[in-house]
Amino acid sequence: MLNHLPILQVILPLLAAPTCLLLKEARLAWAFTTACCMATLAISVMLLLQVIDSGVIVYSLGGWQAPIGIEYRIDSLNAFVMVLVSGLSSAVILAARESVAKEVGADKQVLFYIAYLLCFAGLLGICATGDAFNVFVFLEISSLSAYTLIALGSDRRALWAAYQYLIMGTIGATFILIGIGMIYMMTGTLNMHDLAERLPEAAHTKTVFTAFTFIIIGTCLKLALFPLHLWLPNAYAYSPSIVSAFMAATATKVAVYVLIRFVFSVFGVDFSIDHMPLQQILLVLSLIGIVWVSIVAIYQTNLKKLLAYSSVAQIGYIILGFSVGTVLGLQASLIHLFNHALMKGALFLAIAGVVYRIGGCEFSQLSGIGKKMPWTMAAVVVGGLSLIGVPLTTGFVSKWYLVSALIEAGWWPAVAVVMLGSLLAVIYVWKVVEVAYFGSPEDGYEGAYEVKEAPLSILIPTWMLAASNIYFGIDTRFTSTIGHLASQTLFGAGS
Amino acid sequence: MSLPIIIAPSLALQAALILPLLACIGIWLTRANTNLREGVTLASSGVLFLFILQIYAAFTSGMPVEVVWGEILPGLKIAFKLEALGMIFALVASMLWIVTSIYSIGYMRGNNEKNQTRFFMLFPLAISAALGIAFSANLLTLFVFYEIMTLSTFPLVTHKGNKKAMHSGRIYLGVLIGSSVGLLLPAIIWTWSITGTTDFVAGGILRGHISGPALTVLALMFILGIGKAATMPMHRWLPAAMVAPTPVSALLHAVAVVKAGVFSVVKIVVYIFGIDFLASAPSVEWLMYLAGFTTVMASLVALRQQNLKKRLAYSTISQLSYIVLGTLILAPLSIIGAALHIVMHAFGKITLFFAAGSIYTASKKTEISQLDGIGRRMPWTMGAFTIGAISMIGLPPAAGFISKWYLLMGGFQASLTFPIVVIVISTLLNTAYFVPIIYAAFFKPENPDALIKPHGEAPIAIVIALTFTAAMTIALFLFPGIPFELASQIQLK
Repeated sequence: MLNHLPILQVILPLLAAPTCLLLKEARLAWAFTTACCMATLAISVMLLLQVIDSGVIVYSLGGWQAPIGIEYRIDSLNAFVMVLVSGLSSAVILAARESVAKEVGADKQVLFYIAYLLCFAGLLGICATGDAFNVFVFLEISSLSAYTLIALGSDRRALWAAYQYLIMGTIGATFILIGIGMIYMMTGTLNMHDLAERLPEAAHTKTVFTAFTFIIIGTCLKLALFPLHLWLPNAYAYSPSIVSAFMAATATKVAVYVLIRFVFSVFGVDFSIDHMPLQQILLVLSLIGIVWVSIVAIYQTNLKKLLAYSSVAQIGYIILGFSVGTVLGLQASLIHLFNHALMKGALFLAIAGVVYRIGGCEFSQLSGIGKKMPWTMAAVVVGGLSLIGVPLTTGFVSKWYLVSALIEAGWWPAVAVVMLGSLLAVIYVWKVVEVAYFGSPEDGYEGAYEVKEAPLSILIPTWMLAASNIYFGIDTRFTSTIGHLASQTLFGAGS
Repeated sequence: MSLPIIIAPSLALQAALILPLLACIGIWLTRANTNLREGVTLASSGVLFLFILQIYAAFTSGMPVEVVWGEILPGLKIAFKLEALGMIFALVASMLWIVTSIYSIGYMRGNNEKNQTRFFMLFPLAISAALGIAFSANLLTLFVFYEIMTLSTFPLVTHKGNKKAMHSGRIYLGVLIGSSVGLLLPAIIWTWSITGTTDFVAGGILRGHISGPALTVLALMFILGIGKAATMPMHRWLPAAMVAPTPVSALLHAVAVVKAGVFSVVKIVVYIFGIDFLASAPSVEWLMYLAGFTTVMASLVALRQQNLKKRLAYSTISQLSYIVLGTLILAPLSIIGAALHIVMHAFGKITLFFAAGSIYTASKKTEISQLDGIGRRMPWTMGAFTIGAISMIGLPPAAGFISKWYLLMGGFQASLTFPIVVIVISTLLNTAYFVPIIYAAFFKPENPDALIKPHGEAPIAIVIALTFTAAMTIALFLFPGIPFELASQIQLK
């Protein structure tokens, strides 16, 4: 049984999805989905412990050895990302029952849980697999279900947002497929481990260059790196609140994982950084992205959109750490990957609570909400402080590692940009604080006086995530150790 | 003077940090009964002071006191270590918290302020942060408590909750968070990345790791990054913070917050750079010129302020730069002067703010032009104000004379004329903006049109508090023993 954990991880939600159809009732479907997410979380934690204990786990699907069969390969990097994905998905689904009941039509609620499970299975599959084509397959599973999830939003613009994402996402996925096809053509294998061995021989061909470019652009579209982020704000803003939380905490993180996997494990550090100008391109894009998108965030008047733009800026930090091209930089990147998921998870769940009570999150509706929903807004403040990078929150830890990596590399201008980004974060976070705490409820909408605290079913998961923002800001052993281990392994494998 | 040591000093130190947090919870629990709530504040401030006295007793008996709370990042600990400069700051902050607590009760009730529970809850948080800064053993710990202090005082600044408070809150947070995240944090990470440590060590940790212009740049990043020290151009938050209720301006923006700033400057110059090493930095005298410029400039601006609290705020900026200036003279005597000025200025300035709040509570007057003849209605208040002003100017028999004396001696010791000239000019300007207020209050006839309501002296709690701090200002002139001894124990090598 224990040997089958790598596949069980993916199979469980994949099988649970159609089973949900039989349940018919939304409450049951929710309970089932939650149980499934929890079980998956347990599996991924066990996997991580196994990896830390005894190194890489290789699992051949159906007993067929690679390169004929599909191989799942779990190392410290994807075990870490899978814990992140299943942990956050569990926290988000815990809060989903009442929020979904309110925001999604009664006839579509079961479908919601099915799509959620499928998307979840897809994301885990991308992480677990050691096969390049399999990555594409799971990417499509997660993307198609994500389009569905977004389209379930009660706002009519949700359809348009889902369509926008569909177009961009499909372009991204197609690019990745083209890239994978090209490297298959050159090497005759799809197994990542084999690819890593065979690619250096073909490294100087134009085909591999082109393949590399296609794959990088495709993943950058998926992870919403500036300027390929245009699909993201609408997708987050108009989808059901639970979906915003789910996507913000997991989907982009997995896309970053794909980028890291291809750059470090498939193409290798020598090729990606020394032969290709990847470092410079990502550096420039992430720096511009951090500043520009943060400025755009400041001008938003819808809380979800504001946070969506903030997400794009934060992805800039993750990519910046990655582009330094050192062990410390990659470690900073991985730590921020985890920490940012916690921040945005907490923030979007808190918003789910707000939307549950007042039906929207335009600033005009939020006036004086701090007094009506003190616990929910306190969670927003905690998440916001973490975004800024105040000490004792996870954001501080991220920033510390990122700046250390930049100083170590002597990239002083980048240090300045990171700090500028933090200051812009102060501005957009404080805009929310001012509206929530200094506005008076009279300025808000009519029913403002009857607004109560969010229901406990949403509040408890929100605070679990908010508290973990503080916990992992104080006790950083988990993130820094795993981050270090993973980045060392990746660099060790590359050189 | 030797005190018996009853509690293990490391325990007392942790208790001193945690007690204010318990007080915060206690105040919230007793919010229904205001007398009980104020009882909690007073009791905890009293007990806290006893803890600090215990720590002081341990310090004078030469016991090393070190506490480690945990490792945030590998090699970076939240840790506390007792040393002379921190002892001075902790004694001042905890002692004045008691006085301010008495004063706040009179002030908040006298003015019927709203949200009093929140107000009383946040005060101890800020004090806890001040003590955390005072006892910090490394830059990381200092930074953590520095930011906690900024955030816990923000709701106090915006206490009134109106547009003006919100606007001031923006400047407050913008400058303080902006400078600390934008300059102080990179400076700390830089220090860490070249030395591999952030510990405060006598003689500094940077020697041999950095040299040339980079050293000066790092020093500038620290000095401007510590926005709480209000060195120009990072001073704008302090006048903005005057929108807060007066007890906040008194304890936080004349003592705890601003002193946390200059304390950090002194501590970093002495224990991170080391004064001898920093003296070797090229063009380091420009940092001193910046502090001197702030001193004179802020005094000039103070002259033009018509609002009493604003004038006091600019006076604070000017006086804080005395401390920064004293530190950057980089002479042993000037460091003593800087450390002493942390104490002396605290008592003098808190007296002045107490007086300003007293005037407001009794008469609702805020402008200097309204104060003609007020000395006859409020003799205690204006008497205390006079003593505070004498201390600011630096004349005997007030405490400010002592610290100014050492600052000047430090200037002579380092054979620098610039600080001496600055101190002389600033003394004249101080006289020019304080004496007219005192003259008008006691000798000009009262203008009946300016009278908002007939009034006498402020509530008794306020009078007690300001009389005490005024008396202390004189007592510290007569008996400067304890702060002087502590200041001379700062390890420069």
